[in-house]
Amino acid sequence: MSFSWAKPYEPKTGLGRWFDERLPLPRLVYGAIGGGYPVPRNLNYFWNFGVLAGAFLMIQIVTGIVLAMWYYSSVDGAFNSVEHIMRDVNAGWMIRYLHMNGASFFFIVTYIHIFRGLYYGSYKAPRELVWMLGLVIYLLMMATAFMGYVLPWGQMSYWGAQVITGFFSAFPVVGEPLRVFLLGGFAPDQAALTRFFSLHYLLPFVIAAVVILHIWALHIPGSSNPTGVDVKTEKDTLPFHPFYTAKDGWFAAAFLALFALVTFFAPNMLGHPDNYIPADPLATPAHIVPEWYFWPFYAILRAFTVDFILPAKLWGVLAMFAAILLLFFLPWLDKSPVRSGSYRPVFKRFFWILVVDVIILGICGVKPVEQPWIAISQVATMYYFLHFLVILPLIAKFETPLPLPNSITESVLHGEAAEAAPAGQSPRPGSVATATAE
Amino acid sequence: MATQAPSAEGSQVTGTGAGGEGEGVRRRDFLNVAAVSFAGVGAVAAVAPLVVQMAPPADVLALSTTEVDISKIQPGQAIKTSWRKQPVFIRNLTPAEIQQANATPLGELRDPQSLADRTKPGRQNWLVTLGVCTHLGCVPLGVGEGENRGPYGGYFCPCHGSAYDTAGRIRTGPAPLNLAVPEYAFKSPTVVQIG
Repeated sequence: MSFSWAKPYEPKTGLGRWFDERLPLPRLVYGAIGGGYPVPRNLNYFWNFGVLAGAFLMIQIVTGIVLAMWYYSSVDGAFNSVEHIMRDVNAGWMIRYLHMNGASFFFIVTYIHIFRGLYYGSYKAPRELVWMLGLVIYLLMMATAFMGYVLPWGQMSYWGAQVITGFFSAFPVVGEPLRVFLLGGFAPDQAALTRFFSLHYLLPFVIAAVVILHIWALHIPGSSNPTGVDVKTEKDTLPFHPFYTAKDGWFAAAFLALFALVTFFAPNMLGHPDNYIPADPLATPAHIVPEWYFWPFYAILRAFTVDFILPAKLWGVLAMFAAILLLFFLPWLDKSPVRSGSYRPVFKRFFWILVVDVIILGICGVKPVEQPWIAISQVATMYYFLHFLVILPLIAKFETPLPLPNSITESVLHGEAAEAAPAGQSPRPGSVATATAE
Repeated sequence: MATQAPSAEGSQVTGTGAGGEGEGVRRRDFLNVAAVSFAGVGAVAAVAPLVVQMAPPADVLALSTTEVDISKIQPGQAIKTSWRKQPVFIRNLTPAEIQQANATPLGELRDPQSLADRTKPGRQNWLVTLGVCTHLGCVPLGVGEGENRGPYGGYFCPCHGSAYDTAGRIRTGPAPLNLAVPEYAFKSPTVVQIG
């Protein structure tokens, strides 16, 4: 990419020059996360979560590779091998708990990252592909997390595998044969466990590859910012290094402290105790519940209780997939020319209503299937689709956005006359919006 | 790093001063070194558990002792047992074999040790050694009935031709050392605890 003022990579040593002529890898890194990538100067802390998501992906890969050195992917050995890691392997308890809670934190960070994108219109032109690649990453994360959860072969692992693969049996005619094909049996068993282990090892590397594409696609137009106003001049940007490396670094340290707090003091807080019961194909747990990051989707799945043209089971599955696939069309559902929610008074309100709606769905997802939760989840599911399919397009049509700042720099300086503005660039006093990012 | 980014500092002081372009060590240099050092310590701390997990886990270390009943082993016989997942030879030497071992001058040995060095006092007939050839770790023959005991009547490793005598000492062939004697103790006249 990038802007004309981006600093070019200049190797300082003879060896650096020699290397750069043959394999410009340091040049690539410099241009991607070094001084050669100009970033808007006004990013707030919501822009830190992308880097954090990358950090958690690395944590998961490193701890996962170590766990795979001790794990047995056999139905007889899996559960015991996890206990062996917990009790006998040096620092095994720590590595497993890091991996367990790392998954949760990876999702926490990713959800903040996604909602950041929703609020600030990060999915809009020219960043539609960045958004879509992000959704691909998200789908891969869900598949990876589900398969990883099956591996310890506890009760929730087993019945989770049973329920999730049961989705596919909802499709008429091909459903049941498809499910048997995916499991390699009539119920989750050795074949399923072994293939899940294989894929659980593989997919994170696929995620890493798509992450590279995601960043590549982002760096063509460059990062967005809380005002949603395009970068116009050099004054609007800072080099990624040292400014954002420093900011990302300190925030990563702070966030990892929170991660350590949970990992060391409440490692099972986000887990389900039933997964410490070895898998029993003949006894189902009273409530089969997925991990917290799937609760909203689980609620959408279970919201459909009536056969209407199609069987209820199929409606649930279709709605659940649609809830995610819908997001691929977001750039065309929200046609408002204003990116940032900070300058869209109506959109802003509905954004927070959506956040609350998703939280309500999450609560419904963990509750047993009984009233009033069924009714609430039905209303919340309806609202979810309404938001994206009806409300967003309408807001874009009728909303009057607030006046945008003339430039990023101007918004930062809050309308004070820009000090030492370079010649030929005079800020227009009086026309400056004082709205700032939340 | 020394080049100031545009608009990084509100008002740029040209010339010398804290954070300016003065010669010598700037404040920022100190901060850089401090930050990188701090991160380095963190990185080492993070890598530590990933390294120590490679060491033997507690269940493997728990196998470090094993008890063997030797009441059934007649003079001239030997058994192969397992300790730490490795073969251990326990041999009840005949008087002739003891005599043969003691008659060998230490000067002739590649790894000089007497039979007394390699057995417990008062129980010279019990030779307890690892069944691991000191050359490349094969398991020598000589325990089972009718197996080749080699030219010195002890053990013989056919892989590369190492021959051990009745005290388990290396005599010919490529192996550099005598068969190792593990830590062991007699719990009773008929029970040996290895490890």
